[in-house]
Amino acid sequence: MDEFSESLRLTVQLLVSLEPELVEIVSLSLSVSVSATVLAALIGLPLGAAVAVLRFPGRSALTALLNASMGLPPVVVGLAVYLLLSRAGPLGELGLLFTPQAMVIAQCLLITPLIAALARQTLADLDENCREQLQVLDTRPLNMVGALLWDGRFSLITAVLAGFGRAIAEVGAVIIVGGNISGVTRVMTSTIALETSKGNLALALALGLILVTITLSINLLVTGVQNVATRRYA
Amino acid sequence: MNRRRNLLNIACCLLALISSQAVAERFIVVASTTSIENSGLFAHLLPPFEERSGIQVRVVSVGTGAALQFGRRCDADVVMVHAPDLEQDFVASGFGLERHPLMHNDFILVGPDHDPAGIRGLSRAAEAFARIANTQSRFVSRADRSGTHAKEMELWRIADFDPTASSGQWYLETGSGMGQALNTARAMDAYVLADRASWLGFGNRGQLQVLAQGDPILFNPYGVILVNEQHCPNTRSAAGQQFIDWLVSEAGQQQIASFTIDGSPLFVPAHTD
Repeated sequence: MDEFSESLRLTVQLLVSLEPELVEIVSLSLSVSVSATVLAALIGLPLGAAVAVLRFPGRSALTALLNASMGLPPVVVGLAVYLLLSRAGPLGELGLLFTPQAMVIAQCLLITPLIAALARQTLADLDENCREQLQVLDTRPLNMVGALLWDGRFSLITAVLAGFGRAIAEVGAVIIVGGNISGVTRVMTSTIALETSKGNLALALALGLILVTITLSINLLVTGVQNVATRRYA
Repeated sequence: MNRRRNLLNIACCLLALISSQAVAERFIVVASTTSIENSGLFAHLLPPFEERSGIQVRVVSVGTGAALQFGRRCDADVVMVHAPDLEQDFVASGFGLERHPLMHNDFILVGPDHDPAGIRGLSRAAEAFARIANTQSRFVSRADRSGTHAKEMELWRIADFDPTASSGQWYLETGSGMGQALNTARAMDAYVLADRASWLGFGNRGQLQVLAQGDPILFNPYGVILVNEQHCPNTRSAAGQQFIDWLVSEAGQQQIASFTIDGSPLFVPAHTD
């Protein structure tokens, strides 16, 4: 139990002293995962809505594919992105390997299917209720997708939060494509992995507690906004 | 239409964010080993060089095998590793230029205090390995084609023993870095071959102790190699060579020598003994 109390003490100490190195690591974690989540939402939400509302051949297969890719192992996504961005790979010319951009790409690929799959389910349920109404108003597919997304905008926040949660928590992909370079691509999860490998278990757990605190704060904040907005506009 | 324009704005901002960082200052990518990173040497070694040269050194730490693979795939400009045979192959195959001796320390045989195989104080590492195998005492192997793993396999060969036949029984192939292997050995009361730098920087020793050391075969030399421009046209050769020149210069070698934990030096520079 020593390690737990020691890590609580370290957590408080880290939060109080707020060293620049920690701040840098936390901000990189946030900016990478927020960027990845925004990009993934821009792709995943319309994709999920389209699969929910449009009738096309292969729709069930696509739904199954989306649901299955919620379980994509981060390390496989990381490896695939590494092979693409490596100098010896097809996109090597871009020089993106071991940069924060590479980490955004990897996390985006990881969570787009998750956001799309959750959005599809949310909107399919919604669609049951108001399909007739939508069809009366406008039957052009793109407009239906747009209208459905707009109607479900508050419920969809949960899908986006789930994507963000998976992005900020994963280490397998960012450590391969980012390289865990100090001051360049070192984020919370890769720092935790590094400290664990140095045998600094209490410090690693303390960093984990900070990460969980940050994720929790963001979720509380967004859920608060969601509740207020739902009450006011829905 | 307003909403569409907003989306467009967001997309533009994101693209700007993504591309702004692509135009970085002068830097090189060094593929190195976890043993150096975990020891903390880079935090001590790099600032003086970066300050003087204006070149940022970006270190990616993996096992020696993976570091050389980064060099082969042109993802690193310089490799800094510790497996002389693999380094020789790397240079001979045209992936790297000259290998420069950088520094050295030694491997140590670490195990639980109660020492079930009775290897404490043995001066021949291969004999210690044979005793571990004969008593079927738990042994944690890196099994990750790192420099330490290469040395471990060499010792098994000298002891004339194939431990992989007992994989999953007393011989545990973890496929992990040095720190993870030490964590596993601590949790399982197992023996493990470690490099001295990782051991000295390791904070989770528990009952683990250094039980055997000092055999000349446990010598652990580190080398530094510039990736060959002819194989990888993207190599930042000038900056990489500048880094290597500084490392083997008197200033660089002194910086290595002055790195200590609790008063004990972790690495001996190659050019001062």
